[in-house]
Amino acid sequence: MIETEGLTRRFGNITAVDELSLRVGRGEVFGFLGPNGAGKTTTVRMLCCLISSSGGRARIGDYEIDAPKDRQEIRRTVGLLTENVGLYEELSAYDNLDFYGRLYRLTEAQRKERIEYFLRMLELWEKKDLSVVTFSKGMKQKLAIARALIHDPQVLFLDEPTANLDPEASKTVRDFILELKKENRTIFLNTHMLDEAERVCDRVGILKTKLIAVGTPDEFRRTLSERKIEIQLESVNDAVLAAVKRVGPKSVESSGNKLLVGVGDPERENPGIIEAISEAGGRIQFVTEVGSTLEDLYLKLVKG
Amino acid sequence: MNLRNVWTVAWKDLKIFTKRKSVIYSTVLFPLFVGVGLPLVLHYAGKQGGGIPAAQLPGLLNSFAFFFVVGAATLPTGIASYSLVGEKVQKSMEPLLATPVSDGEILLGKIVSALLPPLGAIYCGSVVFMALMDDFFYRTLGYYYFPNWSIALILLVVVPLASLLCVELDVILSSKMNDVRAVQQAGTVIVIPFAGIYVASEIGVFALNTANLLIISGVMFLAELVLFYLTRATFDREEILTNWK
Repeated sequence: MIETEGLTRRFGNITAVDELSLRVGRGEVFGFLGPNGAGKTTTVRMLCCLISSSGGRARIGDYEIDAPKDRQEIRRTVGLLTENVGLYEELSAYDNLDFYGRLYRLTEAQRKERIEYFLRMLELWEKKDLSVVTFSKGMKQKLAIARALIHDPQVLFLDEPTANLDPEASKTVRDFILELKKENRTIFLNTHMLDEAERVCDRVGILKTKLIAVGTPDEFRRTLSERKIEIQLESVNDAVLAAVKRVGPKSVESSGNKLLVGVGDPERENPGIIEAISEAGGRIQFVTEVGSTLEDLYLKLVKG
Repeated sequence: MNLRNVWTVAWKDLKIFTKRKSVIYSTVLFPLFVGVGLPLVLHYAGKQGGGIPAAQLPGLLNSFAFFFVVGAATLPTGIASYSLVGEKVQKSMEPLLATPVSDGEILLGKIVSALLPPLGAIYCGSVVFMALMDDFFYRTLGYYYFPNWSIALILLVVVPLASLLCVELDVILSSKMNDVRAVQQAGTVIVIPFAGIYVASEIGVFALNTANLLIISGVMFLAELVLFYLTRATFDREEILTNWK
């Protein structure tokens, strides 16, 4: 559904997005992770035909983003939730959505139906006639999501949808994204909230001007980062520690009566480690695999 | 160019305009002052001095009618500045630009919304102005002075051109400024040439007759072309998202 090949954007001498190549399939939720200034928003702006690219190419469905005849069609096809909600604060929630519905050429009946559907779904129907200026941040964000969906786009770009929201509002927005996922929409989610990416996304790309890595959160955990096991003993002494190190794991840390051992292939290495501990007189209580988080990997890749 | 989109953008801005009382007052007060206040001032001032000579009246009436041009060059700033800087401050331009509406349609919608209320107020004020002046000075002149070609030229050509120049200047200023009042203050610079014309006509440098009004219109039209080119270059999707501060 979304395909880029060497997509690049330069601002003067600064390269904001460098040779980005990726594919996002229909119905997939793709998370774009990266620190501030990594080029996430610039990428979304290029894909939504808000700004042009400096090089490479990209397609949304059958449309090329840099073909003048396709640009308007792409804007008709995609929905965009911008980083700043950008609502008309003097207008009511209903009027905000109605304005956008008109711009997308929806009939009056369609506008009425969709506005009611989204406002009810996002629990804003009772406040539909109130000026947006009276809304909380969470309510504004929900309204902005409804605005991005008013024309029923098959591709949805969400730029930091839960930034600056309190935990409750964030959860509402995340749950709503999961609802949208069920409707088989393609969702491109810009975020720097790793937890959000892990919960919502099918695949994740890590961007720092260049695309550093792409994969499912699970793949990242399994293949790119070392796996760790936690071994709880009655007590940890120097002999046990030395015995474990002799087996040759990637890392060993001790904390109280626990050992945190980094291993490449736990299924193969764990028996040897356990045997070494037993031979050194250690009495094992529990052995648990510690899941490494996307955050570990993210920091490793972004800083590395 | 889809006129439905243009009107949708204009309608939205007009709806916002109705929520801003200060902008409504400033749009209505000036035409009200020129339309009612100036005829009354001329009428009663003339009475105090034993009456204005009939030979001087046409020049005075034309000069006073030119006040509508001064209004046309300033009033749209009230709406245009809110419409453009307001979108910047509320950061609502990006979602708007993400719709299938073209830059030209958005720009034209904003121009229409900035022009309609001031022009409406000016035309209403001018009707009252002409009626009162005709009523007050019919006896002195022996005929109804208004309507005539000069006022027709002022209202139908010079006033819309002045308003358009004002809005275009506001678009350019709004791209560089983030404060509505700063745009309004800088925008008043456009009134200087029109005030100069008014003063020149009052001190007798030239008369605001049909021929001179045509020349003024021609010069304004040329200025219009230059500003239109600059406005169009400024109001560009990419320019707005990457260079507007």
